[in-house]
Amino acid sequence: MAFLEVKDIYKNFGETQVLKGVSFDMEKGEVFSIIGSSGNGKTTLLRCLNFLEVADGGKITVDGEQIFPIDAEGKKRAKVDKKRLTFGMVFQNFNLFPQYTALKNITLAMDVRSDNLLKAQNVKGAEKKRLLKEAKEKNEETAKQILTRVGLENKMGNYPCELSGGQQQRVAIARALALSPDILCFDEPTSALDPELTGEVLKVIKQLRDEGRTMIIVTHEMEFAKNVSDKIIFMADGVIEEMGTPAQIFDAPQSEKTRAFLSRSNEQEAGYDA
Amino acid sequence: MEQFWDIIIELTEGFGNTLLLFAVTLVFAFPLGLLLAFGSMSKFKPLKWFVKVLIWVIRGTPLMLQILLVSFIPQYVFHVPTKELAAALNITINTTMFLFVALAFVINYACYFSEIYRAGIEAIPVGQYEAGQVLGLTKNQIFSKIVLMQVIRRILPPMSNEIITLVKDTSLAQILGVIDLLNAAKHAVNHYVILTPFVYATIFYLIFNGLLTLLLGWIEKKLSYYKV
Repeated sequence: MAFLEVKDIYKNFGETQVLKGVSFDMEKGEVFSIIGSSGNGKTTLLRCLNFLEVADGGKITVDGEQIFPIDAEGKKRAKVDKKRLTFGMVFQNFNLFPQYTALKNITLAMDVRSDNLLKAQNVKGAEKKRLLKEAKEKNEETAKQILTRVGLENKMGNYPCELSGGQQQRVAIARALALSPDILCFDEPTSALDPELTGEVLKVIKQLRDEGRTMIIVTHEMEFAKNVSDKIIFMADGVIEEMGTPAQIFDAPQSEKTRAFLSRSNEQEAGYDA
Repeated sequence: MEQFWDIIIELTEGFGNTLLLFAVTLVFAFPLGLLLAFGSMSKFKPLKWFVKVLIWVIRGTPLMLQILLVSFIPQYVFHVPTKELAAALNITINTTMFLFVALAFVINYACYFSEIYRAGIEAIPVGQYEAGQVLGLTKNQIFSKIVLMQVIRRILPPMSNEIITLVKDTSLAQILGVIDLLNAAKHAVNHYVILTPFVYATIFYLIFNGLLTLLLGWIEKKLSYYKV
């Protein structure tokens, strides 16, 4: 049994079928890149994994545990909140919280989780206060370490508006990492960045791959996808048109659609160079 | 000179009522306005439409008329004359009148505030909510820890406008005989047959609104340590 099993995911927006039965398996420590033209369901698939959209049908299993659909009707919300932490998400537009420093952006959710844990253990009063304070100090320590790992040890006290796009996205990656998700998802993490800033973000993602993180990356950076991924998923018209190793997809694509897409994106890249 | 101080004391007492009405309105209309804003954005249609109609009625009629209507409700709807109501609540008629005025003010201002809140809440990018969701925060946590501060910052300028308007609107309280600052000035003008109390009242209003403007500006500056 694979670590992540995605089976037959369907999603409609009104009349429009966006996902028409998407299935794939993934092992722990693998990195998948999802490529394809805009509007073919890449982002929607990622959002379904993160419960930002609720799929209309299908099944998602992580490490043998079914996380979608959720069978128990009662406490559905609470369960979703818990299960969604299986996945981390890095957005195209970072979505940092502008009123908090880089450090607080990261500790915010950690502190909430510590608080929830203490509540679940039924700790109360002064004892809870003390334990929460301890947990918060520990969270801050962890957050500092993670920020250092993404190269932002000097920017911890800065607000998002004081950071470049690349730095903001690195904070966002650190924020997702801080909750130690099983699978980290990236939704076009460099699309909102100036070209000269994409490198620093891609470097961090590469570093995470070397650490053995399980990651799913929706991207338009073909070279990067080729270099960093164990498998490439090419999506077209709401289904996985073709899936395989980077060598299989980029050097010997089987499907006509894959070939057409790759030659289009090659032309574009060549166009940039000219 | 003695007359001057007599007038100032009268005006100060009137100003006390003005301040009290101002404070009571803000204290209750701020939270009530937020509740109404949630109501007007509710997915539960009957609640949404109830709030929308309420806002339409309140914004579509003069505040002075609303004050009068509130004061008539006990007598004409519940057949309890104001005197009996005051006796039952063990308060003076004057206090009862003040409460009528305050009630009308709170409802009126809550409706205006609710539209400002709504605009502020709807201006928050959906990505902020989504970021909170994927970090495992509940709806309430997302609102209180992420959205609310950003809303406050965005709505401070239009709120400041309403707050300053409120200072001047308090003069409508005299329709029920409440002695506010302007009413006190009017009494003094009639009593001493001079016009200077109006000048003094003007100075009272200007000083108070000047201080408020400074305070609101200071808060706005405090909150703009980050860019949205």
